Amino acid sequence: MSPTLDTVYRHSEDVISRFVEGELLIIPLVAGIGDMENDIFSMDETGKEIWTRLNGEKSAAVIIQELEEVFHAAPDVIRADVLGLLDELARRRLIIAVEKPV
Amino acid sequence: MKRASSLYLTNETGIPWKNRAPLLTAIDMELTERCNNRCVHCGINQPEKDAAARERELGTAAWQELLRQAADLGALTVRFTGGEPLLREDFTELYLHARRLGLRVLLFTNARLITPELADLFARIPPLEEIEITSYGMTAASYESVSQQKGSFSEFRSGVDLLLARKIPVIIKGTLLPATRHEMNDFIAWTGTMPSFVMFLELRSRRDSEEKNERIRQLRLPPGEGVRILSTQPDIYRRDMYRICRECEIKPTDRIFTCNQGNKLCIDAYGKIQYCLALRHPDTVLDSRAHTLKAYLTDYLPALRSRRSENAEFLQRCARCYLRSFCDQCPAKSWMEHGVLDQPVEYVCEIAHEQARYLGLLEKEEQAWTITDWPERLKQLADRLQ
Ligand code: SF4
Ligand code: SF4
Repeated sequence: MSPTLDTVYRHSEDVISRFVEGELLIIPLVAGIGDMENDIFSMDETGKEIWTRLNGEKSAAVIIQELEEVFHAAPDVIRADVLGLLDELARRRLIIAVEKPV
Repeated sequence: MKRASSLYLTNETGIPWKNRAPLLTAIDMELTERCNNRCVHCGINQPEKDAAARERELGTAAWQELLRQAADLGALTVRFTGGEPLLREDFTELYLHARRLGLRVLLFTNARLITPELADLFARIPPLEEIEITSYGMTAASYESVSQQKGSFSEFRSGVDLLLARKIPVIIKGTLLPATRHEMNDFIAWTGTMPSFVMFLELRSRRDSEEKNERIRQLRLPPGEGVRILSTQPDIYRRDMYRICRECEIKPTDRIFTCNQGNKLCIDAYGKIQYCLALRHPDTVLDSRAHTLKAYLTDYLPALRSRRSENAEFLQRCARCYLRSFCDQCPAKSWMEHGVLDQPVEYVCEIAHEQARYLGLLEKEEQAWTITDWPERLKQLADRLQ
């Protein structure tokens, strides 16, 4: 399922994320994470800003809004980038959508 | 804003450290010196049931604390080695602790204690590094003549099979000993690739038994035979040598530590922080119960690395030798053989000379450290190999 503006994500407990000398590294804990097993994922500056906000509380819309303040880029560019990355992270099972309370 | 989806896959060496490499990139943890094999050539093993050795080993909490320090300093990989690290009853606990800290685990084992449960664990929570297993023979007779443990061969093969059945990546290494040298081709056929062989045996790194050292010396491969094996695939061997010759920058130096150990450390079974696995000279170790890994790296290591030799023989030979780029002479080898950091090791020296002769860098009776026209010799070699 593709992410929508309302979707809230958290990091999967199947991965460990670490900051090492300013680099964000996402390390699979269990087998079968990502398309290529046994590899460490890393992200650029934008990716880091998004990853650190995936705390199980902020919706994609909130993250987009916060990033607009950080990057001063056109809102539709930021929106496409955030949703694109969330989609990829979710597809690789690095993040999990949090169920909304009914 | 750049496209955000620049998530990419990488590996340790491929991580583009924008700022600087971490203070520590990898750590070796020698969980125990005890082993369930009693290999004739081993440079470390203590008896499996040695209660005194077990008593002295670091406890689970201390290892976990050291793993945490290593991860905090930026290490991405821990190597669990021994002895036989699977002898530790808390191995699974330490393994999971390391993986949960985001460390990759490189396990060195003889595979005898791999159980279905442990293999399942590696399948579910992968070490992210190939498990390295050393083979001591292709048959029960040859293996057990080395391991000196009845039944060890079938346990070893069963351990390997348990891993392979779960498609857990392994590297099998061989050991070239008088009892196994004739099995090289069978070994290559079994592993399906050109595996790596432990060729040139090292003495006891604890310097604890002259009797065992003498036995190891007897088992050593003669340098000429070693070079014949190394050059079994002449193209690959020559290409490797060409690369080394091209990359080497040879400047005379009286510095003792010229090895490329990088930002790595080792902890021995009893909690001593070491420069590397085999280097146990008291001048080079600190107790982790009194010092942090960070303190070793920042306060202790720079002075150690800048140590200069005052040994006349070292200064006359290694300090000005142009074979240094591919000679294995190093402080650890010197420690194991002579108990000091900077004494040339004759066995290592002969191996380097034998290789140089094979490559046409030296004439039969020449000594590398007396050669002054080495830049031309290296250039001629490079030309020949191109
Ligand atoms: S070849 Fe001999 S002299 Fe040269 S560096 Fe090696 S041990 Fe020293
Ligand atoms: S002292 Fe020897 S064994 Fe230790 S890191 Fe240096 S080259 Fe390697």
